[in-house]
Amino acid sequence: MMMVRDEAELVDCVRGAQGRLSLCGGATRGLVEGADALSLGGLSGITLYEPGSLTMVAGAGTPVAEVEAALAEQNQRLAFEPMDHRGLLRTNGEPTIGGVFAANVSGPRRMVVGAARDFLLGVRFVDGRGKVVSNGGRVMKNVTGYDLVKLMAGSFGALGALSEVSFKVLPKPETEATLVLHGLSDREAIAALALAMRSPFEVSGAAHVPQEGITLLRLEGFEASVGYRLSRLKELLAAQAGEVEVLGAAGSAARWQAVRDVDAFHRAGGDVWRIACKPSQAPDLAEAAKADAHLFDWAGGLLWCRVGAGVDLRARLGTFDGHATITRAAAKTLKQLGRFHPQQTGVARLTAGLRDRFDPRGIFHSEIGGLHAG
Amino acid sequence: MEMPIPDAGIIARKARIVARLLSVLPETAVIHDPAETRAYECDALTAYRCPPMIAVLPQTTAEVSDVLRICHEEGVPVVPRGSGTSLAGGALPTADSVILGVARMNAVLETDYDNRLIRVQTGRTNLSVTGAVEEDGFFYAPDPSSQLACAIAGNIAMNSGGAHCLKYGVTTNNLMGVTIVLMDGEIITIGGGYLDAGTLDLLGVICGSEGQLGVVTEATLRILPKPEGARPVLIGFDDNEVAGACVSDIIRAGVLPVAIEFMDRPCIEATEAFAHAGYPMCEALLIIEVEGSDAEIDYQLGLIVEIARRHNPVEVRESKSADESARIWLGRKSAFGAMGQINDYMCLDGTIPVSSLPHVLRRIGEMSAEYGLKVGNVFHAGDGNMHPLILFDANKEGDLELCEAFGADILRLCVEVGGCLTGEHGVGIEKRDLMEVQYGPDDLAAQMAIKDVFDPAWLLNAAKVFPLRVSEQWRGAAVAAE
Repeated sequence: MMMVRDEAELVDCVRGAQGRLSLCGGATRGLVEGADALSLGGLSGITLYEPGSLTMVAGAGTPVAEVEAALAEQNQRLAFEPMDHRGLLRTNGEPTIGGVFAANVSGPRRMVVGAARDFLLGVRFVDGRGKVVSNGGRVMKNVTGYDLVKLMAGSFGALGALSEVSFKVLPKPETEATLVLHGLSDREAIAALALAMRSPFEVSGAAHVPQEGITLLRLEGFEASVGYRLSRLKELLAAQAGEVEVLGAAGSAARWQAVRDVDAFHRAGGDVWRIACKPSQAPDLAEAAKADAHLFDWAGGLLWCRVGAGVDLRARLGTFDGHATITRAAAKTLKQLGRFHPQQTGVARLTAGLRDRFDPRGIFHSEIGGLHAG
Repeated sequence: MEMPIPDAGIIARKARIVARLLSVLPETAVIHDPAETRAYECDALTAYRCPPMIAVLPQTTAEVSDVLRICHEEGVPVVPRGSGTSLAGGALPTADSVILGVARMNAVLETDYDNRLIRVQTGRTNLSVTGAVEEDGFFYAPDPSSQLACAIAGNIAMNSGGAHCLKYGVTTNNLMGVTIVLMDGEIITIGGGYLDAGTLDLLGVICGSEGQLGVVTEATLRILPKPEGARPVLIGFDDNEVAGACVSDIIRAGVLPVAIEFMDRPCIEATEAFAHAGYPMCEALLIIEVEGSDAEIDYQLGLIVEIARRHNPVEVRESKSADESARIWLGRKSAFGAMGQINDYMCLDGTIPVSSLPHVLRRIGEMSAEYGLKVGNVFHAGDGNMHPLILFDANKEGDLELCEAFGADILRLCVEVGGCLTGEHGVGIEKRDLMEVQYGPDDLAAQMAIKDVFDPAWLLNAAKVFPLRVSEQWRGAAVAAE
């Protein structure tokens, strides 16, 4: 694996590249096979943190753990709750903040506060010609020119190598609690979650774990406010739910970390798929998936499925408003089915056009929009 | 303001172009009489005017596609227009252009409360999106000041914000999907009722692209359940710097208000004279609003007031009722109108890191004395989005130019302290020639490369966003390739 220590080395590395480059931070989501791996883990360090402005600037290779530790000291956090893929993918390495943004990695709170892309304020990256491009900045509202910041978020190394990111952070709430409903079927659970999400009680996590027969609703904020909203939610869901229990702050935090990292699938084999859909359609999709196990997050808007190795889940699901992405599978399956959902023609053409402009030599080996042929 | 020289060849073909447009649109949707096209000569940046050659008002995505295909074939520049409320000249036509207005496309296509979304045609006004769902307890969060008039199409084009985006984000954070028509007429759907398409984030780059990449005809928007209630507190300080420090302390304390608005003395004085909101006469005034149940609001306002008291405020006025809330907001909401009563004004929109607030306010004060033009500051303090209002006299020769030079200096200052030229209004023509203050040649080239992909012929709103001298080569190359 190649390493660079600073942006200048990154420029040299991209300019001098002969073959294809597969970009990574700590490689915790694995490497795309068939290219030289280039790690940006060396571009590390927090360069600016202003808690009163809710902003941080850091090298792309800065460990997420370092970012989170610095934020915790000021009682702040990454509100989009980035997932740690190591358990699910059985990888080692250190997740980096650049990797989080390049793969637009979020967690359960995504459905209310937004994804990683919504918190990214500015980027510096090196495009396929070795040009350093800067876009956005370190302020929360910025409509100066095109938003390449969003384009780079979730671009999986297809357009350029991130060297620096600036992002918005948020205060950590005083406390959290989780309301647990027991014994609901998938359909009952999604209906209960929808009812809760229609309420003004600011639910910040809404998941259903069929294997355990539990449905989870998280509340965060000031102590008294969480208590008040818990009691209102219980009233609201009284008709839907039989037995309920409440998890206090510690239990709640542990439970949501397990949802975030899909702990339920860590030990079992098989492929793991991630389906983004309309929440109300999730129970039908779960039925059609005939998965060995499944799990709903985002009130149903995110459906995790574990299926046998090599199964083409997209064929089982048919056409729906959303997309199915492979999170864990053998290289052969990824090659055969494609990690990302096939794109409609117009989108595919625009994607190919953008890749061609930012990387005319085709050196970035990325699965987004499909790997370059040959 | 320099604009490209209109293409005489296109204007000479006007009759033929009108005839072709009439072949796909009803007669009432094609406006070509110079007496009528004048209605489209400017947007809310009224200092610059130019009637378009033709204006069209399609009603469906298919009609928009037909119009764009014809204009593409004829090589006619197209300027998309929502409601024409842009403060940046985003909808300013050229004499050889077709204005494509979406005002007649204002239908609600779908409301879906289980999935918390609404699908609308983009000519629908911002406020009427909330209007369509509020009886059922929902609202659409982005709330630009012009929300009564401005269209979703323009909100998407400029990535509009508003007073409440500290908590709820701006347009891009509330946009789930679009139907967009490219310049050659191709209709593309991106995103929809689900989150985070596993593709390049085209939706993210379309939002805020100022009508240069395509015409967005339909949008899927996230709607939110209305909070139980909301109430503000008004806090006056005898020092700008102290008010700025108070904002920072509130944010650090973990309270996340929905809005933190800031007004300085010139603005408070103008507002009082105009709206009689009963504001204290002081150097700086904060209006901070929080949401929740009554008890939750009381608790949060209590925390905020406790923090404010440490900064020796000259006045603290906590709202206890809807009536008191309305009085607190009254002055803020009439601030622009109040400044307009004194004189003509230019409204800037730069954003700065919140920590730079005191320094920037001090510098603006000094520059105001140097230029001999008064400035009032009213802005979204929570996110650093400033709105300096520079007063000038449009009838006095040279005053507009002086005002523009002052404005440019303020924007340079915003960039210098780590901020940007525009936080929510967009670049348009107004800040076009300042883009190089914020971005280097490679940064701008990367942005123009995107336009090249979406609109290779550079026909859509091409004279905006990028300095003409910088985009000239790209526009020229596009013409040569056609």
